[in-house]
Amino acid sequence: MNLFDIVGPVMVGPSSSHTAGAAKIGNVARRLLGEEVAEATILFHGSFLATGKGHGTDKALLAGLMGLAVDDPLIPYSFEIAEQKGLNYRFDGIDLGDVHPNSVKLLLTGVNGKKLEVVAASIGGGRIQVNEVDGLSNSFSGDYPTLIIQNQDQPGLVAEITCVLAGFQINIATMQLYRSSRGGFAVTVIECDDEVPEDVVAELAHETGIVKVTYLSMNG
Amino acid sequence: MYKSIKEIMDTCENEGIPFWECVRREDCAEQAISPEENFNKMKKMYLAMRAADQSYDPGLLSQSGMSGTDGARIAAARQEGRLLCGDFIGRVMERAVKMGESNACMKRIVAAPTAGSCGVLPAVLLSLQERKGYDDDQMTEALYVAAGIGGVIASRAFLAGASGGCQAEIGSASSMAAGAVAYLNGGDISAIANAAALAMKNLLGLACDPVAGLVEVPCVKRNVIGAVNALTSADLACAGVESRIPVDEVFDAMRSIGRSLPENIRETGLGGLAGAPTGVSLRERLQQL
Repeated sequence: MNLFDIVGPVMVGPSSSHTAGAAKIGNVARRLLGEEVAEATILFHGSFLATGKGHGTDKALLAGLMGLAVDDPLIPYSFEIAEQKGLNYRFDGIDLGDVHPNSVKLLLTGVNGKKLEVVAASIGGGRIQVNEVDGLSNSFSGDYPTLIIQNQDQPGLVAEITCVLAGFQINIATMQLYRSSRGGFAVTVIECDDEVPEDVVAELAHETGIVKVTYLSMNG
Repeated sequence: MYKSIKEIMDTCENEGIPFWECVRREDCAEQAISPEENFNKMKKMYLAMRAADQSYDPGLLSQSGMSGTDGARIAAARQEGRLLCGDFIGRVMERAVKMGESNACMKRIVAAPTAGSCGVLPAVLLSLQERKGYDDDQMTEALYVAAGIGGVIASRAFLAGASGGCQAEIGSASSMAAGAVAYLNGGDISAIANAAALAMKNLLGLACDPVAGLVEVPCVKRNVIGAVNALTSADLACAGVESRIPVDEVFDAMRSIGRSLPENIRETGLGGLAGAPTGVSLRERLQQL
C-alpha cells in the first residue's frame, strides 16, 4: 500500500472491490491470453455472484476483458461495446469452494484460437490476486511483468529458466514453484522488475521440459 | 507509510518542514520518484476530484434505482435560500451527495480513502477553495495532509467497512478531511492532529450496514455527515480546542471498536439498516431484477 492507495485510485464506481477489482481481473486475464478475446465464459462465485449485478461487476469484468482501464467512463456501456466488437460472452454462477468470496473463473478463447482458464479474486481496495491459470494453482498480483511457466517437474529446469533471464539482464522480484505431483507437472511463477521481450518468452518456451509459457505484460 | 501522527509531528519539528512535506518525502522514498513527480501525481488526484464534481448528471439513477437525483434537490433548495445551514455548508452537502450518487451510478470518482466515502474530501476541499480562493498547489498540499492521516489510520486500524465498519470509511475520510481543512485554515501541526482526532471521535462505532450489500443506502448520504463533521472539527481545533485523547490513541480505539463489531454490521448487508424490514424488502425486490 502507498499514499496513492489512500487518496486514489481514480476509478469508475461504485465499489473498489466489486467494480475496480473486477475490471482489473478482466484486464489481467486479457493480457495473459495475449490476444483480443473472442469468446468469454464468466463464472461468478460468492459475493461477486450475490451483489455483482448491483455493483456492475459484470460490466466491469467484460470491460476489462476488452482492455478498458478501471477509470474508463465507458465501463457502464461494456455490453454494447462487446456487441459491436462481436465478442461472445456468457455469465453464470459457480461454486468454487473454499476460496475468497470475491472470486471469478474465466474461460477465454482469443481471436486466433488461443485458450485460457483463469481463476482470480478481488481482495480489496481494487487489488487482485490470480489464483489459478489453466487449472494449475499459483498466486500473483498482476502488478508486475509475470511469467507463468508450466514445466515437467525435473532437476535443473529452474536453473535453466533463471539462466535465460539473467542472460537478458532481467531482475526477478519474486519467484514461486508449485507442482501437481512429484515428477509430474509443475508451475513456476516469476514476477519480474522489467518487461520480458517477446523473443525471450519464445526462447523459454523452446527449452526442453517446458510445456507452456504464459506471459503477463504491463503494456497494453 | 508512517505508523503514528506523533512520528510525523516529531519529524516535522526536527527537520523544520511542514506536515504535508513530511508525508510527501516519505512517499518519494518508498516509490523512488522525485518530489515534483510525486506532487504532480497528487495534484492529478485533486483535479480528478474536481472533474468528477463537475460531471454530475442530475438525471442518472443507479442500477438498483435507490440512488440518484438528490444532488439536484439539495442544489435547488440552496439556490432558493431554503437551507438552514446556509450557502457554504449547503454547497458542501450538495457536493458530498452528488459525488456519492455519481459513484453509485458508475461514474468516475477518486476513492479517498474508499469509493463509498469518495464524497467527503472533494465536498470539503472544492467548496473551501471556491470560498477562499486557494490555488491548486495549496489544495494539493492539503491532500497530502489528508493522505498522511489516512496512511496512519491504515497502519494502526483499517480503511475497509468489511474490516472495521463505516467508522473505518466515513470516519477515516472525515478525519483526513478535518486535518486537511485545519492546515488550509492556518492551523499548526497540533491543530491538524486535534482536528483529525475530534472528527474521528464523533464517528466511532458507526456500523457498515448497506442495504442489499450495495454502496448506496446509507453510504451516499453519510458522506454529508463526514464532510460537515470535518469542518466543525477543524473549526474547533483551529479555535484551540484540544482532543483530550491523543489522535493516535483515537485511531487505536477505532481499531478496537472495529474488532468488536459483529460481522452482520461489517459490510455483509445483513444487520442494521440492511436488516430493517424495508431494507430486506428492497433486497428481495432487487434480487428479482
